[in-house]
Amino acid sequence: MAAPRVYRDRPWNAGRWAVWGGYALLLVAAPLVFDSGLARSLLSQMGIAIIACLAYNMLLGQGGMLSFGHAVYSGLASFVTVHLLNRMADGWPLPVSLLPLAGGLAGMGFALLLGYLSTRRAGTTFAMITLGLGELVFAMSLMVPEFFGGEAGVSGDRVVGDKVLGIGFGPQIEVYYLIAAYTFACTAAMYAFTRTPLGRLLNAVRDNPERVEYLGFCARTVRWLAFVASGFFAGVAGGLYTLNFEIVTAEVVGAARSGAYLLFTFLGGVSFFFGPVIGGVLMVMAVALLPELSQAWPLWLGLIFLFMVMVAPGGIASLVMMNVRIARHGLLGPLLPAYAGLAGTLAAAMAGAGAAIEMVYHLQLQTGLDDRVRFLGLTLDARSPDSWVGAALLCAAGAALFEVTRREFLRHWDRTQQQIEARTRRGALP
Amino acid sequence: MEFYAVSLLNGLSYGLLLFMLSAGLTLIFSMMGVLNFAHASFYMLGAYLGHAVAARFGFWSALVAAPLGVFALGALFERLCLRRVHRHGHVPELLATFGLSYVILELVQLVWGRGAVSFPPPEALRGPAFTLVSGPEGLALHGGAVAAEACRAAATACSPFPATRGFMMLTALAMLLALALLLTRTRIGLVIRAALTHPQMVEALGHDVPRVFMLVFGAGAALAALAGVIGGATFVTEPAMAATVGALIFVVVVVGGLGSLAGAFIASLLIGVLQTFAVALDHSLGGLLAALGVTLAPAVADSTLLRLTLAQIAPILPYLLLVGVLVLRPRGLLGTRED
Repeated sequence: MAAPRVYRDRPWNAGRWAVWGGYALLLVAAPLVFDSGLARSLLSQMGIAIIACLAYNMLLGQGGMLSFGHAVYSGLASFVTVHLLNRMADGWPLPVSLLPLAGGLAGMGFALLLGYLSTRRAGTTFAMITLGLGELVFAMSLMVPEFFGGEAGVSGDRVVGDKVLGIGFGPQIEVYYLIAAYTFACTAAMYAFTRTPLGRLLNAVRDNPERVEYLGFCARTVRWLAFVASGFFAGVAGGLYTLNFEIVTAEVVGAARSGAYLLFTFLGGVSFFFGPVIGGVLMVMAVALLPELSQAWPLWLGLIFLFMVMVAPGGIASLVMMNVRIARHGLLGPLLPAYAGLAGTLAAAMAGAGAAIEMVYHLQLQTGLDDRVRFLGLTLDARSPDSWVGAALLCAAGAALFEVTRREFLRHWDRTQQQIEARTRRGALP
Repeated sequence: MEFYAVSLLNGLSYGLLLFMLSAGLTLIFSMMGVLNFAHASFYMLGAYLGHAVAARFGFWSALVAAPLGVFALGALFERLCLRRVHRHGHVPELLATFGLSYVILELVQLVWGRGAVSFPPPEALRGPAFTLVSGPEGLALHGGAVAAEACRAAATACSPFPATRGFMMLTALAMLLALALLLTRTRIGLVIRAALTHPQMVEALGHDVPRVFMLVFGAGAALAALAGVIGGATFVTEPAMAATVGALIFVVVVVGGLGSLAGAFIASLLIGVLQTFAVALDHSLGGLLAALGVTLAPAVADSTLLRLTLAQIAPILPYLLLVGVLVLRPRGLLGTRED
């Protein structure tokens, strides 16, 4: 009788080490490259956003649970940690570096309680319940000033207690490295979670809860446990938020923040583990940079989101991975002109629409002294019909050409996919 | 007595407004499986379009034109966006409507500004529809307003009931009746009801089911817009109105049971009445304990929990109801679906 064959993971997975090593290197090197105060502050926020989005994706991507109220867990943890911080100023013996863990436990506790209610149901009802619970907590934040501090919020001071190894968390760079360490550890822990039996079961519950029940597992409990784990990481993000900003107001539990988690996690890509990392970076960049570019940024954000839902429901991560797959087969070259065409026509359409939107905003909000609008280096007169006709024509022409290019691109794309499938079937793996 | 009667009527009118919204939401959900996140945005859009039309052509034309305009927009969105996303499943569909709610909110702010706009009800609907007067000789009902001097008499209290609220109730009931007749008595209603449960069979019989979906989506949006015109004229027309009502109607559909029109009806009325009464009542837990003769230490009596009045917690009552229903009856009052 032949001995049972044992399959092992390859002992030395160079790709994996390269990816994780690169990630760590990026976290360490980023503030050295971008060393202005603003850049370091943004980088700190990115670390927090990455943890929050990854935690959110444990629900959306891995569990198929669409939550409209995940800011509740990060936000409540922020409040708990800022109160802890104030207690620590009175002499409670807790090192500042462990405060995010306390935040994690707080987030976990709230997720244990509220998640018990919301995870009783799945799908659309789950989404509605999380929305309702989010509204509940937000409405309560204005009612209980002892905990939420009313309109002004609660502030604290992160420089408390003795310095450990000469680190007192006064300067931003020390806080950044604390955030970076937590970001790396949480990313690794959440990746490890996807490899645990619970993580696998969660995927199964997402895909076919009935079958999971037949196998003897309780789908509800699996959802609940995953929710609690996600609440823990969201809480860590909330604790880091407290340390970074030293002030917590009621908007951290608000619907706008929950919406931002959803929006950017989705834009980053829910079907790949690293998608939310892109999403977190985008979230901070969008909030910090888009208002500089245009007053109409929430409109752009909404339009981009709608566009992505329609053409790439897998987010940026899936776009990247699909192209990586094509590149591996050496077929990316012929697609590049089509990509250039798509980008050019889309840019033209967006420029036309952008000019019109800027002019409406200008007229509506009376931002300038006269009717002139600066847009992409041009000066447009918001009251002259020429600018309007020009913008409309540019937008219409761009959109029409985009549609033509898109159809051509799709044909090309399908042909490429068929080629790859044909090769794979012949066993010619790259 | 007259306080309870008028509060009850106020609550019922608000509940009926909620039902006008949740009816469209439920109809769209049970048909297409999409919970339309932008439903409250259509409500807001209806109010703003109504405001724009009413300023030029009067309120009554706005009552017709705004729902028609929103019908066209809703149908267009279904045709151009939702139908393409449909093959990716329900979560992307929900996300598409979520994105739409962002876009509508921003567009409305772009066109009409970030503050509230003035949208007064028409001449015929200003002032009270009737006034309940409780005087020394008992309760009396007067049509229209009552002279201020009469109310100031000894032991007399006047409770006016606004005409806009009455109009809201009438419209909602008329709409309910029309909807019921349409669904049960007409041919298109038959096709819609059949497409709810057996879309493939209906398609095999030669009906264009995607077109029916488009029309139902547009009609749901139009109902929301109709509610928006009336709600906007009765309350305030502002960009925040979508968020205020949006969370509430989702509570309504979950409490009533997802996909159940009758459940949505009961839940709407329940929440409308509950909130209206709570706002008017100034009782707190501390007051209740004091009335029961419990004396508390000053520190305890001063705590927020005991001092919060019912009026103050009115905004969270619907969500507490949601939590309560979920604990006791997870599928909602009249729901049948398990997930």
